[in-house]
Amino acid sequence: MHTLLELLEQDCTQPTAQLAAQAGMTEAEVEKERARLEEDGAILGYQAIIDWDRVKRENVTALIEVKVVPQSIDGFDRIAERIYQYEEVESMYLMSGSFDLTVIISGRTLREVAQFVGERLATIEGVTGTATHFILKKYKEKHLVFRRPEPQEREFVFS
Amino acid sequence: MNYDQILNQKIQGVKPSGIRKFFDILEEMTDAITLGIGEPDFVTPWHIRDAGIYSLERGHTKYTSNAGMLELRREIVNYLRRRFDLSYDYTSQVLVTVGGSEAIDLSLRCLLNPGDEVIIPTPSFVCYGPLTEMAGGVPVYVELKAENEFRLTPEELKAVITPKTKVLVLPFPCNPTGGIMERKDLEALMPILKDTNIMVLSDEIYAELTYGQHHVSPANLTELYDRTVLVNGFSKSHAMTGWRMGYVCAPKPIVAAMTKLHQFGIMSAPTTSQYAAIEAMRNGDGDIEHMREEYDSRRRYLVENLNRIGLTCFEPKGAFYVFPCIKSSGLSSQEFCERFLREEKVAVIPGDAFGPGGEGYVRACYAASMKDIAEAVSRMDNFLQNLKGKEN
Repeated sequence: MHTLLELLEQDCTQPTAQLAAQAGMTEAEVEKERARLEEDGAILGYQAIIDWDRVKRENVTALIEVKVVPQSIDGFDRIAERIYQYEEVESMYLMSGSFDLTVIISGRTLREVAQFVGERLATIEGVTGTATHFILKKYKEKHLVFRRPEPQEREFVFS
Repeated sequence: MNYDQILNQKIQGVKPSGIRKFFDILEEMTDAITLGIGEPDFVTPWHIRDAGIYSLERGHTKYTSNAGMLELRREIVNYLRRRFDLSYDYTSQVLVTVGGSEAIDLSLRCLLNPGDEVIIPTPSFVCYGPLTEMAGGVPVYVELKAENEFRLTPEELKAVITPKTKVLVLPFPCNPTGGIMERKDLEALMPILKDTNIMVLSDEIYAELTYGQHHVSPANLTELYDRTVLVNGFSKSHAMTGWRMGYVCAPKPIVAAMTKLHQFGIMSAPTTSQYAAIEAMRNGDGDIEHMREEYDSRRRYLVENLNRIGLTCFEPKGAFYVFPCIKSSGLSSQEFCERFLREEKVAVIPGDAFGPGGEGYVRACYAASMKDIAEAVSRMDNFLQNLKGKEN
């Protein structure tokens, strides 16, 4: 059986009754558990995943590799916080490997993104280098494919 | 030309499926929600599709051995041992077929002599009767009862056995009822079968889809192993309906006879599908669990809500169907389904299409998206309210 969290991760727009039946809980239990998970911060929020290309809105996303001066994990956390506080930062991760932080930012134009990297990010104390990769096309995000499913032929086979 | 005189009399005698008319309405209705079609709504998992594609890239486009690729048969045997604790010899007891349907057809044609009787519990999938007739046999239907959770009881079996009985079909987990046979239910049949030559044709295509308990095959019972022809396939467990991959496992002489017929009629099952099936057997157990969990969620939702809106619904323990009783509506299954489709644009299948005992029920398949299932329930509620309104 799916847990409430798994069901919500799949589709958080499902009505409580639907969640309850699938999770083997009562509606009251679902509401209580959901409130608790939100309170705890296990559920951070609920957002729609949007294909902006479909609504013809210009949108630029970049993945930036950031190198910082070597430090302890706490040190990374401090620098990270200085970066992710910016509204432009969509996601951010501490990485293993040849660079330290992945920063994903999105802006309306290329210029907006470039400006952010040059003026804000690169100038933060402790940042020793950046490499910016612009995302050219999104294929899949959070298990969702950026493409309308191909219409399947509906064959009425009696099986 | 008078084709009635030309066509084989047996095939002319086979009644066309009662729901063709119903499907014709459905085909015109492009915006209908359908809980009518009995197949997974999942696409075959990518790694399995990829294995099929890769086999084509490498140029594996020829026939395989008649019984199926040795590698696939070995994997099938490993799978049956791993998942169901069953033992078969891959060199002599397995035949890879074009879907489970071919395996059922071959079994009946290789076992039956003219006039032999085949016991078919109903409501059940529609193929057993017509295939029996085409093989020269005589179908003997046993109506299973909702109060027995649509299991076959020893009394019901005993009542229909005659000296001419050759085959007992056990279609469990059952399409359309969702009924299963547990070990104790199978054991209860043993004393009746013990001193007979009756063969058990066990259609286990839904074996991986049981909820709450593990599937038990008649072949798991030592006393029944030698008289069991086990039919299974990849369609339901691995969402591979279009690949047409099935198999049959049985005692050696039976598989040998079936292979003989298969080699004349089919040659060998599709090669690309066999490569995909090897991948499914080797690395597909996780896919099965994932899909079963999804179906289980939907099953709970559907059963709970059908009961809530007033359609009594026995809890199905297997397959991906619910089989609610619609007698309280005062309509026949056919009327109910046709009106539900026309008025609310939702397709479910009339129970009488599945043979005697199906009247008064409808089959809804929950291998559909949660969104469609929820919408179908809400429309069903509406439909039932309207029916009640008209009565008053």
